[in-house]
Amino acid sequence: MALADIRQRPGVLLGAAILLHVVLISAQVNTASGLPMLQVVTFGSFSEVQRGTMSTVDGVRNFWSGYIALRGVHRENEALKQALQALQVRVQEERAEAQRTVSLRQLLELRERANLDTTAAEVIAAAASPEFRTVTIDKGTRQGLQTDMAVISPAGVVGRVILPAGRASKVQLLIDRNAAAGALIERTRVQGVVEGFGDGSLRMEYVPATSDVKPGDLVVTSGIDGIYPKGFVIGTIEQVERGNGGYHVITVRPAVDFTRLEEVLVVRTPPASREVSEGKQ
Amino acid sequence: MKTAAAAAAILVALALQTTLAGLVVRGTAAIDLVLIVVVYIALKSGPTTGLVAGTVAGLIQDALSNPILGIGGLAKTMVGFLSGVLATQFILNGPLPRFVLLLMATGLHAAIFMGLYMLLDLREFPDPMPAVIGQALGNGFVGVVGFQLFEWLPGFVDRRRAGRFLKR
Repeated sequence: MALADIRQRPGVLLGAAILLHVVLISAQVNTASGLPMLQVVTFGSFSEVQRGTMSTVDGVRNFWSGYIALRGVHRENEALKQALQALQVRVQEERAEAQRTVSLRQLLELRERANLDTTAAEVIAAAASPEFRTVTIDKGTRQGLQTDMAVISPAGVVGRVILPAGRASKVQLLIDRNAAAGALIERTRVQGVVEGFGDGSLRMEYVPATSDVKPGDLVVTSGIDGIYPKGFVIGTIEQVERGNGGYHVITVRPAVDFTRLEEVLVVRTPPASREVSEGKQ
Repeated sequence: MKTAAAAAAILVALALQTTLAGLVVRGTAAIDLVLIVVVYIALKSGPTTGLVAGTVAGLIQDALSNPILGIGGLAKTMVGFLSGVLATQFILNGPLPRFVLLLMATGLHAAIFMGLYMLLDLREFPDPMPAVIGQALGNGFVGVVGFQLFEWLPGFVDRRRAGRFLKR
């Protein structure tokens, strides 16, 4: 039946016969490279089939992934955007946390270095009026804070406690117009008084015009005011002018950036006892 | 045409061809008896039988004499098939059409045979045209005569038998 069917189709038979002969010839002939032609032709033909198959599969896959599978991409895109925003917020939080960690570490180092009874406090509010340069911290009398306790930061002197409440205190910054601190120029040990000027800078008063003062000199606390412990940085001399009455007019740039105050240390040692203990020493 | 007769004709042609191997003109046999037989089978039985006959005869001929098995087989396969196709399309009973058919068959056979050998860089055929033409003419003459004899012989025997019967 099949044989008769094939006899009715001489073209198919011819094709088969030609293929048979081609295979037979190829099996006996080597190519220029010395490889059997049958192997080369078979491999070459099959590799074309493989290439075609791969192209088809790739095309289908690309079509699928590039068009059909994109139905859920918009929803996924929205979700990813939200996730990205959440991550950006998280990064901001992490960054703030890292900065806070750095400042706390500096505060801790200061605490160890100062060898004083201190407590860390966080600035929770600024002054209600721009005329007064004060901040509010989150520690008060419950934590042992009293009036005239010094407030310091890793950069230098911040100010003093002027109004302690139960769980918060108002701190007068050194740059306030009514603030003052006993000071000395570290290089020459010339003493004076540093006062707030109200514009963010400090003035060092009562420094004799004959004394050696020049811009860049470091100004530190002298401790004679009974509030601030001795040797803490107040700032650097920015400008020196000759004033009336035999005193220099000295402008001091504060060491502390009062616009970025976040954490501070309050020196809990009472001013009077500190004076007494320093006097004993 | 019966298969046994075709096979016998091919075998006889092969046997004769091997004995006539000395008749070589410029590297090509002057007469290809196997080709003549294949063409005749195709003429009488059509393209399919011609194709099979060409394949079998060509492969045997290759196995007996040619270094590459299949080239002669392919050439004779094509000749057998195309001769059968022509025989079904045209009336090829006269000596002249058959002569022309044998010329074309020889040309086609030579083209495929020599072409494949040269294509595969297996053998050179310098200036093949005279040899091919000579073989085509030889195949044509021998084929036409052979075809006529083969077709005339059975009738001649029958007529002679009938004459003897009438004399009695």
